[in-house]
Amino acid sequence: MQNAKRVVALLAAATLATGSLVACGNDSGSSEGDAKGKVYFLNWKPESEETYKAIAKEYTEATGVEVKVQTAASGTYEQTLKSEVTKSSAPTLFQINGPVGLKSWQAYAADLSDAAFTKDLTDPGLALKGEDGKVYGVPLAVEGYGIIYNNAIMEKYFATAGAKATSMDEINGFDKLKEVADDMQAKKAELGIDGVFASTSLATGEGWRWQTHLMNLPVHFEYADDNVTDKDVITFKYNNEYKNLFDLYLTDSTVEKTLTPSKTVTDSMAEFATGKAAMVQNGNWAWSQIKDVEGNTVQEADIKFLPMYGGFPGEDKMGIAVGTEAFMAVNAKASEADQKATIDFVNWLFSDEKGKQHVTEELGFIAPFKSFGEAAPSDPLAKEIARYLSSDLTPVPWDFTTFPSQAFKDNLEQLLAQYASGNVSWDELVKSVNETWASEKAAVNG
Amino acid sequence: MERSLKKYFPLFVLPTSVAFVIAFLAPFVIGLYLSFADFTTIVDAEFIGLENYQKALGEKDGFIASFGFTILVVVASVITVNLFAFAIAKLLTQKLAGTNAFRTIFFMPNLIGGIVLGYTWQSIINAILAQYGTTIVSKWEYGFVGLIVLINWQQVGYMMVIYIAGLQNVPPELTEAAAIDGAGRWQVLRNVTIPMIMPTITICLFLTLSGSFKLFDQNLALTNGAPLRKTEMVALNIFNTMFGRVGTEGVGQAKAVIFVIVVVVIALLQLNMTRSREVEA
Repeated sequence: MQNAKRVVALLAAATLATGSLVACGNDSGSSEGDAKGKVYFLNWKPESEETYKAIAKEYTEATGVEVKVQTAASGTYEQTLKSEVTKSSAPTLFQINGPVGLKSWQAYAADLSDAAFTKDLTDPGLALKGEDGKVYGVPLAVEGYGIIYNNAIMEKYFATAGAKATSMDEINGFDKLKEVADDMQAKKAELGIDGVFASTSLATGEGWRWQTHLMNLPVHFEYADDNVTDKDVITFKYNNEYKNLFDLYLTDSTVEKTLTPSKTVTDSMAEFATGKAAMVQNGNWAWSQIKDVEGNTVQEADIKFLPMYGGFPGEDKMGIAVGTEAFMAVNAKASEADQKATIDFVNWLFSDEKGKQHVTEELGFIAPFKSFGEAAPSDPLAKEIARYLSSDLTPVPWDFTTFPSQAFKDNLEQLLAQYASGNVSWDELVKSVNETWASEKAAVNG
Repeated sequence: MERSLKKYFPLFVLPTSVAFVIAFLAPFVIGLYLSFADFTTIVDAEFIGLENYQKALGEKDGFIASFGFTILVVVASVITVNLFAFAIAKLLTQKLAGTNAFRTIFFMPNLIGGIVLGYTWQSIINAILAQYGTTIVSKWEYGFVGLIVLINWQQVGYMMVIYIAGLQNVPPELTEAAAIDGAGRWQVLRNVTIPMIMPTITICLFLTLSGSFKLFDQNLALTNGAPLRKTEMVALNIFNTMFGRVGTEGVGQAKAVIFVIVVVVIALLQLNMTRSREVEA
């Protein structure tokens, strides 16, 4: 009798235990039948997470459609997406990283050619098209980058005796930029700065400003010369122009160039924000970083963009680099209702008055849609982008979305760090860049 | 009693075996299949045979080279960690004041995660090297030494605890008898203590060996393979293959399978070798 009781108790306990395990695996599918559908947005901008959550809450209250927002930081986005997308409640709205990203996510990207927001694009060429010509990705925002400078320090320099220029308008090419930067570096004590350029961040994982953004220029000019939009093999023919600007960053800097492999982007932005450096290469997203640095001395009105001159052909007509690498895509493997709910959500965000207000004021996006008209965010760098776009200078497109892989960029980053440390010559670097470009393109294309 | 134990055996192991199947066996089998497939996510795999393995062993991705560096790290860290751990354990089992406090202090670094340790040591080492105008990534030797220091700092405390437990189990009558027979300290250590703690040595060698073979987060945080992937260990190489580009996930998986086989073989060899030296008191 005693024994029988024990068996029953044990069995009951075991059933409970396994029951709870099974329950873990199952509960996510329960609301699938909901005709309204639901939205799961895998966000890639950690700085916008709170805003997106607030927007999602508001949208759910207004329409009753559930919107879930989860964030994966830029470097881990692909990993998170790879694991999230296999779950039964997979993201319905996610980011594709340009044409190279589309190659791996083609099976998951829904055709967006007929979506209202696709037709609302100011420039249809901005959309991400597959090989079949259909639209699979639409940019959320355009961003721009260039050399950010602190006008107050520049004015101070122009007032010094023997200044090489009298206003920023005179700087319209590499030679003038170098002349001014070298002279400023020589007068750094007088100007109260540690160096012209903020430190060249080359710590591992911190070199994207050089391996992606700066590298975009020589690749863009090489594509332009051959009239193509992608290449399996590059010659890196503008490597000297790249070197010009990179060397200038390294020499007229706040730190010894051999120490740059220990510097991070945050270090570099802090130097700029506290007025220890006059220039730094970065994009409009850096505004929040400049603004939030403690002991920040830079005035909002003094923050301006300068194109990245390196001696490229026709660079006096060149503007800053404007484009996008993040394209919104809708998960083709999600249920019909979820896909529709997702498209409706995006339409609301980019065409409804309230949605638009969130986009320009809170997210600070320069949205590339007709419905936005003149509405633009009010931060100084976004205004600068608008100024450059309305000038007669030609913006540089973001051709780095065609770079073969993260492995290529990581390799370039390490090469640059070794070049700055004096362990690798420029010729070796150029040779390795060409080799890894070709081998990575081959690996990605199968 | 014996019979009823047998009867209930399946019931008792049920929760563990269910967890084992879900968390270990199933992923392992799926992983094995994926290494023969071309995939982006684990649900859209397509069988392609041995192609992944061919690519994995191709020279250009640095897989073989990363094995070389890993073995270097393993040899250096297994020797240093065990020597330091044993020496500290021996010291802290003497009749000294404050041994308990020191045991706690030496154990504490083990409680800190690898990523945090990696970044902390990176800052420390960079701050020192900055005096000489250089950084940890300028030479691979710096990264190597940094990694060994880090591993020691983290693992010595843990191994020390195991060695202390082993040393306390050495019967005092044996060492006393040896001393009465005229053995010196060194002879007692070599001929009595070490043979008696051979099981402990087996465990410690196994833990340090497999631990440093599979080292990942410390490597990622400290150097991330810089300079030019010269300090990239196997686990990091696999990770980079998996996530560094699109379209080579299968190759990464194939590398992981090869890695498992190598680690299992080496660990078994080591277990066999040290077990054969164990003695009964």
